[in-house]
Formats: sequence, structure tokens, C-alpha cells
Amino acid sequence: MANKPTRPRTAKPRSPEYQLRLYVAGQSARSIAAVSNLKRICDAHLGGRYAIEVVDLLEHPHLAKADDILALPTLVRRLPAPIRKIVGDLSNVDRVLLGLDVVKLDGARG
Amino acid sequence: MRRRQAARSPPEGLAKTPTGIGGIDQITGGGLPRGRPTLVCGTAGCGKTLFAMEFLVRGARQFDEPGAFIAFEETADELRDNVRSLGFDLDHMVRSKQLIVDHVRVERSEIEETGEYNLDGLFIRIAHAIETVKARRVVLDTIEALFSGFSDDAILRAELRRLFGWLKDRAVTAVITGERGDRHLTRRGLEEYVSDCVILLDQRIHDQVSTRRLRIVKYRGTAHGTNEYPFLIDEQGMSVLPITSLGLEHAVSDELISTGVPALDAMFGGKGFYRGTSVLVSGSAGSGKTSLAAHFAGATCRRGERCLFFAYEESEAQIVRNMRSIGLELQPWIDKGLLQIHAARPSSHGLEMHLVAIHKLVRKLHPQAIVMDPISNLIAVGTLSETNATLVRLIDLFKASGITAMFTSLSTLTAGAEQSEVGVSSLIDSWLLVRDLEQNGERSRTLVILKSRGMNHSNQVREFLLTSSGIELRDVYLGAHGALTGSARLGQEARDREDEAIRREAAMLAQSNLAVRRQAVEAQIADLQNQLHAIAVDLESTTGKRRRREQRVGGDRRAMSVSRHAPRPNGTRSGK
Repeated sequence: MANKPTRPRTAKPRSPEYQLRLYVAGQSARSIAAVSNLKRICDAHLGGRYAIEVVDLLEHPHLAKADDILALPTLVRRLPAPIRKIVGDLSNVDRVLLGLDVVKLDGARG
Repeated sequence: MRRRQAARSPPEGLAKTPTGIGGIDQITGGGLPRGRPTLVCGTAGCGKTLFAMEFLVRGARQFDEPGAFIAFEETADELRDNVRSLGFDLDHMVRSKQLIVDHVRVERSEIEETGEYNLDGLFIRIAHAIETVKARRVVLDTIEALFSGFSDDAILRAELRRLFGWLKDRAVTAVITGERGDRHLTRRGLEEYVSDCVILLDQRIHDQVSTRRLRIVKYRGTAHGTNEYPFLIDEQGMSVLPITSLGLEHAVSDELISTGVPALDAMFGGKGFYRGTSVLVSGSAGSGKTSLAAHFAGATCRRGERCLFFAYEESEAQIVRNMRSIGLELQPWIDKGLLQIHAARPSSHGLEMHLVAIHKLVRKLHPQAIVMDPISNLIAVGTLSETNATLVRLIDLFKASGITAMFTSLSTLTAGAEQSEVGVSSLIDSWLLVRDLEQNGERSRTLVILKSRGMNHSNQVREFLLTSSGIELRDVYLGAHGALTGSARLGQEARDREDEAIRREAAMLAQSNLAVRRQAVEAQIADLQNQLHAIAVDLESTTGKRRRREQRVGGDRRAMSVSRHAPRPNGTRSGK
């Protein structure tokens, strides 16, 4: 439906634990920063248990309604439930992890 | 930019978008500023959302301008249900692409903020909605909800400013609603961003009766009505009053129409009062105001014209019955549809509701005459000044529509009646005062015309009688002890009649005496003439005898002289 999901190299054949969708508007500096921040955080803390889908609302404006997107960029954690949203360019790693609710998990794994 | 010159004709520079909402276009001189945002603010439940929705619905239906409704508070389904009672079928309009409703859910708890962001998502959604139906009108209801969804006020304010600029760039006419704040027009000071046109809606409770009002707080580049206008939300949507002329420009008529009481017509110079004027009948309780008004209504219907009768004290059946008792049948006119009686307690709804209800009926029925009985009861609903303002608007409305209006007003005995009457006397063209006069242990009614503009009316006080055959006016008795009415007048009139009879009798007596004398004289004359005749006859006979004797004597002398051969004596024939 959107841009092709960007699958990390480490993705396993079965559906990943974290399904993330990042909404951006075009190729602005902020969009690019958000995408790269997200990839870096996921690689560091979710290694292989995630799938990222980047949606450019300029190309697909009708998709904004489904997740009630107002601010951009917005990261939506579609799985695991419940749905969580993080807005901003994802420059603060701690807050992103808090928003994704992965700090504990990450800590448990060392 | 705010200049007076814009008052009459819409200036070329400022295009306007008609709302189609009753009354708004009149007080804004054509509608909302085209291609610019307008802020509509007010307290909860004052009709902001409805205003916005009606703006879109009427825009799509009447002006062929599709609309986009961006709802931040209510869902599309809720909105649809809410406005269905007003006859707006949103589903149908959405299907036919006249309208799009987009519900934007703002929920704080779901959103974590990290780093910089903007509201491009919202912009994209609005743009998408606009594109979908090619919207010319946009509503954002209520955009302040965004403040509860994001914690960074600075970003939000910058984005709102950008949003309103963006809406202007897209040249859509936007209505933005905002909740009324404590110190500001809106809680978040939205008026800062929307500077072209701000409309304030208000709902006030006075004596447990609520009145909705609307005021144009500002409207750049155009003159606008600055008053508070009452408005009403009913099954046909919103209507704002007045739609009447803001000036005194109504046409006047020279036609005189009957008051329904011939004697009263006579007091007004013979034919009644001018068509299209306002008549006030004021008086104390039970002085016959309603009866006068009903006669006027009856006269209107008799001419084949429609009359609207607002009864604030009595029911329709009661009025019909009571008027029958004084010989006035109203039922046939009701049956024919010429007379419509609307009976309602004034307190049943607020003044604005009365105004709008009256207004709607006037537009629907186009009556030639209106009776309001009594206007003094309206004070029960609002304050004196509010009632006053309402009546001014009503009178304006009636005059602008060429309707002859009769108002009755109850005046208390203590307050001087001329002090009247809800303070409308100066607006009234003709003013009848019906008074109770207490004299010699009884009350009687009197009627006087206090004023009647533009005609030579009677200045006399008349006694006013309610008889089984209608209203009658009698001249009051003006005697040595002042004006007499009622049985005092009757008594005086009886005394007068007695005096008159005596005088008449005396005259007749004198006349017959003279006739007798005349007969006597004539008899004497006849007698004398008889005597005269007798004398003449005697004289005649005496003369005859003498002539015969003289002839006889003359004959003897001739015979003697013949015998003596004496010459004939000359002139012997003439007797001495």
C-alpha cells in the first residue's frame, strides 16, 4: 500500500515481533532524519525482531486517516498491541524506546 | 481598513461568501469574507458546530460550493445524527460529493513526543479532504482540541499560524470554531490568528429563560451590524434576527383601513388609520383592549385580508367565545384561514424565540394585519430594555413588510397611562388609550386618541361601551360638572329629556292659545264684513228710491211745462 517496507537484513521468515510504520512527508531533512534514527535504534535494540514500513503521506494522503496522523513524522507501533504513537524526528533514543515500550525487554536481554 | 463606505454596496475589494443562514448575510452585508478564515466562538452548546455545519450544507445546496468538515470533537456519525433533526441529510451529501466529513481524533495518551515535528499530517488530511470534493468551504471544529493532543504549545501555535495562512493561500472560505475562554474570546487565543472576521455566539439565561445571541465582534474591511442579534435554532436550522431594514426606509401608504368600529373610524377622520402603521391600544385591566383588537382583526378579515393574532393571555377558543358575547364572530374567518390565532404563554420561550417565531409566521403567511395581545406580557420574559429592543425590531419588521399592526398593552393604574408602555410609544403611529373612569360608584370605560400621526383625529374623550352587538362609542356628557359617563350621563340625559318635554308642551300650549285667538279674531272679522255688506245693501236701496222719486218729480215738471208751453228747463235732470 505504501512505499515498499524496508526490511532489515536480519529479518526472519516468520512475521516479526515489532511491526512499525513511520509516516513522513516527502524527503524533507526531518523525514530523512527520522528514518535513519529509527533504523539505528531498531538495529541497536530490537535486532531482527522488527519490520519497518515507511509511508509518505504526500504520495498517499488517504492513509493519514487510518492511524489518525496529525503530526509528522509519526512512528506507529502496530504490533505488539496496543497501538502506540511517537511523534517527532526520533532524535531522543530513550524516549523512543519508552514509547515503543522496549527498554525493559532490552535490559533483560543485556 | 475598516471604513464606513462599505456600508451600502459591497466593496469591490472584498468578496463575500454568502452563508445562506437566515439573517447572517444581512448583518454582515453579504456573508463571510471569501477565501479567508472566520472564527466563530462561544460557550459550550451555543451552536458553533451547527453554525459551521449549516454554512457548509447551505453552501453546497444553495451556492454549489462543496464543503469539507474537519471534526476534532465529534465523529462523522455523531455529526450526521445531530444534524439530521435539522433536515440535513449528510449521508446523501457525502455520497454526491457535496460534502466530506473527516473526523480527526486527538488523544493525548497515545502520543509520545520526541524531537521536532510539525502538523503536516493534518495539513495533508485537510488538503486531501479539499481535493476529494473540490471544497470551496472548510470547517475546522474545534481546532483547539489539538492543544490537548500535543504538549508543545510553541510548535502548535506556530503550526496554527501556518495553517491559517495556508488556508488563505488555498482561497477556501473557512469557519474555525473555538470555545469561549475566560479572558479571551477563545481559550487559546485563536482570535490572534484569525483576524478577518470574528463572530461571537452567546447563550444567556435571564429569569430561567434562555436567549441565544450572535454578535459580529469584528469584520475587517466591511461595515457590519454591531448589535447583539438574537438567534434561534429550530427544525430549519439557525436564524438570526433582525432581517429588517436597519434604517427607516419602508414605503408608506395613503390607504386608510377601518378599525372595525365605525365610530372609532369617525374619530380617525372618517376612515380609520393608515395601512402599514403601528397602533397601540393601552389601558387598564378589563378596559376592552382585546375587544378592540378583535374588532380590528374582524375588519381585516372582512376585507378578505389575512390577520395574524398573537394571544399571550387567552386561548383561541376563549377569544372566539368572548368575542361572540359582544357580537363579533371570529370563527368563520378562522375556518376560512384568514384569521390565525397563535396563543402561547410568553414565558414558553425566550424573547428571541418569540421574535423568530413571529418572523417565520410573517414570512410564511404574509398577513396584512397583525395583532399582539398584549405586548406588556413579554416583559415577563426579558428585561424592560430587552423587550423594548424586541418590539423595536418587530415594529421595524411589520413596517418593512407593510403590515398594519395593533398592539395592546396593559397599563397599571398607578403609573400614568401616558407614561406607557414598555417605552414604545415613540415608535407607535397611532395610540388609543382606553381608561376606566370611576365615578358615582361605578366604572365606565372611556376612549381617547392620544396621537395619530399624519391625520386630523378627534381629540374628544368618548365613552366606550361593550354591547352585545359590538363596540359602541358615545359622546360623553359635557356638563357643568365636567364629563359625565355611565349612569351619571344617562341620568343627566334623562333630565335633559324631561326638560325638553316640558318645554315642548309649553310651546304647544302657547301655540294652541294663539290659534284660538286667531279663530276669534277671524270670527270678528267675518261678523264685521257681514255688517259692512248689510250697510252696502241698505245704501243701494236708499239711493234707488231717491232716484226713482226724482225721476217721478222730473216727469211731473215736464208735463206741467208742456201744459204751460214753458221752455224746457236746462239741467233739471241732475238731482241734488
